[in-house]
Amino acid sequence: MEALVANNVTKRYTNHLALDQVSLTIPSQTIFGLLGPNGAGKTTLIRIINQIINADSGEISIFGERLQDKHIGSIGYLPEERGLYKKLKVGDQLIYLAQLKGLSRKDAVEKSKAWVRKFEITDWWNKKVEDLSKGMAQKVQFISTVMHEPKLIILDEPFSGFDPVNAQLITERILELRDNGSTIIFSTHRMETVESLCDHIALINKSKKILEGSKKQVKEQFRSNTYVVEHANNHFKLPADRYEVVRQRELQDNHFETLVRAKEGVKGNQLIRELVDLTEVHRFEEKLPTMADIFISLVKGEGDEALRKHLLEA
Amino acid sequence: MNKVLLIIQREFLNRVQKKSFLLTTILVPLIFPAIIGVLVYIMIKEEQSAKAETVQVVDESGAFTFENTRRLNFLVLSTNLEQAKKAYPLSDDLALLYIPKFDLKNPQGFQLFTKENLSIERSSELERVIEDRIHDLKLQEYNIDKEVLKSLKTDIDLKQFNITDTGEEKSSNSGLLYGVGFVLGIMIYIFILVYGIQIMQGVIDEKTSKVVEVIVSSVKPFQLMLGKIVGIASVGLLQFIIWIVLVSSLSFGMLTYFGIKMPQQQMVEQVTKQMDDPEVKQAMEAQNSKARSFLAEASQLNLTKIALVFVFYFLGGYLLYGALFAAVGSAVDSIQESQQFQLPLTLPLLIGYMGLFLFILRDPHSPASFWLSIIPLTSPVAMVGRIGFDVPGWQLALSMALLIGGFLLTTWIAGRIYRVGILMTGAKVNYKVMAKWFLMRG
Repeated sequence: MEALVANNVTKRYTNHLALDQVSLTIPSQTIFGLLGPNGAGKTTLIRIINQIINADSGEISIFGERLQDKHIGSIGYLPEERGLYKKLKVGDQLIYLAQLKGLSRKDAVEKSKAWVRKFEITDWWNKKVEDLSKGMAQKVQFISTVMHEPKLIILDEPFSGFDPVNAQLITERILELRDNGSTIIFSTHRMETVESLCDHIALINKSKKILEGSKKQVKEQFRSNTYVVEHANNHFKLPADRYEVVRQRELQDNHFETLVRAKEGVKGNQLIRELVDLTEVHRFEEKLPTMADIFISLVKGEGDEALRKHLLEA
Repeated sequence: MNKVLLIIQREFLNRVQKKSFLLTTILVPLIFPAIIGVLVYIMIKEEQSAKAETVQVVDESGAFTFENTRRLNFLVLSTNLEQAKKAYPLSDDLALLYIPKFDLKNPQGFQLFTKENLSIERSSELERVIEDRIHDLKLQEYNIDKEVLKSLKTDIDLKQFNITDTGEEKSSNSGLLYGVGFVLGIMIYIFILVYGIQIMQGVIDEKTSKVVEVIVSSVKPFQLMLGKIVGIASVGLLQFIIWIVLVSSLSFGMLTYFGIKMPQQQMVEQVTKQMDDPEVKQAMEAQNSKARSFLAEASQLNLTKIALVFVFYFLGGYLLYGALFAAVGSAVDSIQESQQFQLPLTLPLLIGYMGLFLFILRDPHSPASFWLSIIPLTSPVAMVGRIGFDVPGWQLALSMALLIGGFLLTTWIAGRIYRVGILMTGAKVNYKVMAKWFLMRG
């Protein structure tokens, strides 16, 4: 079943259109990357899912049901702009936030204690948030987001403010949550995180969704039939009717890297076969665009051909 | 609904558990009795330790005789003024009084020499001594008997009664009503202002610490606003009750400790002690009956009604303004920024407060008093100040209904501004922007 389906969601503010007929499908138990430049409409969409604001038109369903009040408890939200009550103690804070999500007091106390143990921060329980460092407060905030065991977790730039060690810790928790059945919506600008963590992505630009699919599908969609070949000498000539040498450079002592683009209908295997007869091949790899490449070219609004060109030059 | 209760509880605990709450709740009521206690203590000490001081007198007129008072002894010198002026600075005496030969019709030329300036009390006491003597001399001169003069003086106590529509008579005391209106009106004014600003501060804190986005993903903004307003109100009520209990019990304890009796009792005792003169007895009786009727009038004031009306306007006014303060808090990013929006809120409150003195307490049934106590923005202060003066039932009902309507309206308006405002940081806000937020769809 799909964790979330958005259907033609539109939201207009007084002066601009924040979301224009956005439709999305988020498969359950995946990490879904919601990408887009600043001001594209991601936060608006996230706020609509959290029922902080309402869409003007369109529908959102969550685990097969129309989004409504009762789903508040099944969503965990970590906003980009973090914040906790500064004067409140960590323990009281976690219990309060969990209770607001609908947990009974008893459950809230139990769960928050368990999570605090899990993060090995039991000695913070009676500390006020204002006495914690930024990273410490972030951990508390992360706990408050996931402690009521929501089926849908929305994380907006979750790694900002974490050092690499803690970022690793959070990454592990996120993967663990997914493996335990949660679906995670991940809004970020950090393409390396998208590359390593996300299963699915959607790209929103200027209020419109312009790309959606699994990471593999998306990359397939933007493959350009281009291969990177490392080889020993450069005295070879590929048949020009099937191949085009985009670029060649010397790495060291008669070692070269050549970027070869195969024409329509020519498979990679065929290229290898032909190369083996011509030169000494050290490495052969299909050049796939990175998420960053795709993001930048799409947001810049380049057409397919220009995009391919851009990807090749990258 | 359950979540609103949670928020009320949290807001309440957050504030009540603070050290500053404990401090102000305990210190404020201690301060008043402490001030009273210290003043009374100093007064008593001074009374006890004060020994009579000597005033030297050079009396050239020969018309004066002096009786020593409790605080002043008079020493009539037989020397002339020049000699006395030389000798006086060497003595420890308080002052040197010079009485020249004077014309009884136009007494002039009295002089007082001192080493340092006398307190106003002392100098007026001396003046009184001289005036009294001249007064007596004039009576003699005109051949008027002192007793006859005294019998000319009469003391009239105008007893006031209100006649209601049903012809029932009720005695009233405008002084008492003035006092009641004055105190209750000011209390409401201060309460609304202090706790209204607390609401605003709370909203600003939530907004600037960014915690609000997490909270509104769990509850509706309106629930959050309502929970905050009611939570702070309960803190205010608790503090208020503690104050009343502490102030009254401490003041009472302090007075008992210093052996001071209630004013009327004190007066009665003094009078009995002084003389057994039948005339004084009569005066005493009159005093007693005055005190009795004062108490009777106080008890005739419908205290239950006043208390109920007070609580109603106390809460109604707080809710009306509380919502508006919340809306202002949601629109700004700091307390400094809120200044520009506070004026329109404090102005009607201030008008009610000024109106209390200018109209209501002077003429509780004038048109201005009527309108001030009907319009919801001023009625909390105005109606409570006016309630002692027998407000017609329909006016009270109208005012209450309008206040309920008023706070429902302000809460609704404030809620619409609030829900947008709390998520807008760094926006440049003016009234036009707020109006836009108000009109914005959810």
